[in-house]
Amino acid sequence: MSKFRKKGNKATPAISTASLPDIVFMLLFFFMTVTTMKEIDLKIVIKKPQATEVKKLENKSLVKYVNIGPPIAKFRKMYGSESIIQLNDQFAKVRDIAPWVNAERQKMDASNRSKMTTALKVNKETKMGIVTDVKQELRKVKALKITYIADKTTKNNF
Amino acid sequence: MARRALTEINAGSMADIAFLLLIFFLVTTTMSTNTGMQRKLPPPPEKDVKPPEVHARNVMAVLINKDNFIMVNSVPMQLNKITEKAKEFLANVNRREDLPVFENKEVPILGNVPVSKGIISLQTDRNTQYEKYLQVQNELMRAVAELRDARSMKEFGVHFDDLEGDRLEAISKAIPLAISEAEPRRSVKSVGK
Repeated sequence: MSKFRKKGNKATPAISTASLPDIVFMLLFFFMTVTTMKEIDLKIVIKKPQATEVKKLENKSLVKYVNIGPPIAKFRKMYGSESIIQLNDQFAKVRDIAPWVNAERQKMDASNRSKMTTALKVNKETKMGIVTDVKQELRKVKALKITYIADKTTKNNF
Repeated sequence: MARRALTEINAGSMADIAFLLLIFFLVTTTMSTNTGMQRKLPPPPEKDVKPPEVHARNVMAVLINKDNFIMVNSVPMQLNKITEKAKEFLANVNRREDLPVFENKEVPILGNVPVSKGIISLQTDRNTQYEKYLQVQNELMRAVAELRDARSMKEFGVHFDDLEGDRLEAISKAIPLAISEAEPRRSVKSVGK
């Protein structure tokens, strides 16, 4: 009758952990590939200013950076210590802004072009002159959405 | 030499090594979220079109000179006073004669409400420090944010940051972000051009 044999005191077999490394490696590769490290290497020094009224930048692909600041030490000899502009990986002049904006626009999907935001990442010690020039250039090519990169702080500046 | 049988490499610690790497990447991936102050530039000036006349009482002129001193309507002012001044200017609670006029405008949900015609014009010298400019900009933005938040609490009992859709639009229109990214004071000199 006893079709169902009463189990003896068989020990439960240990769960094989042999596939654990595979799983973890999978995760590892996922993170390694996702972490693009796409930050361009800045050739200029940017000490970010602080502000309270800042928002997180959403949709990174729509944000294009204009970096302005003094060149890092090894470029000082060539470019001086006044603030200059860096677009992507190169130093640029004010007149390069408009073509750059147009080129960046071309790279985007047509539906997203109007949503492009230009982020001004400016060293806090930079003089306004160059920033104003850049803004005027941006207006000319109708890149009107801008954002001033600043670190969020909760305390007041004064 | 006796050939030893190949012993199987113990893969048990492999997981540990992989975990170590994984945690390293997890920690270093800062997902660097940049934060920024969002602004909108005015469209380029069209030729032959004169800028609209703005009455003096509707303008709060904020100037920052080359030595980073701030002047509001020709009166020197400290950075920490600007928010209050801007709020007083934009809200004009007592409808004073020397502060902006109000004009009724159609706004979603709220209907026909008076909207301030005040504009804050922020101008800098070419030698003004960027940080100072941003700080002043920040104070002005905060003035608007605080007014909006107060209005939002009054109308809907919700903080402005939590508003969505029509309500957000209503408050945004009732209290516009009237800070003008003004034309530079001096004509743009070709620097580095």
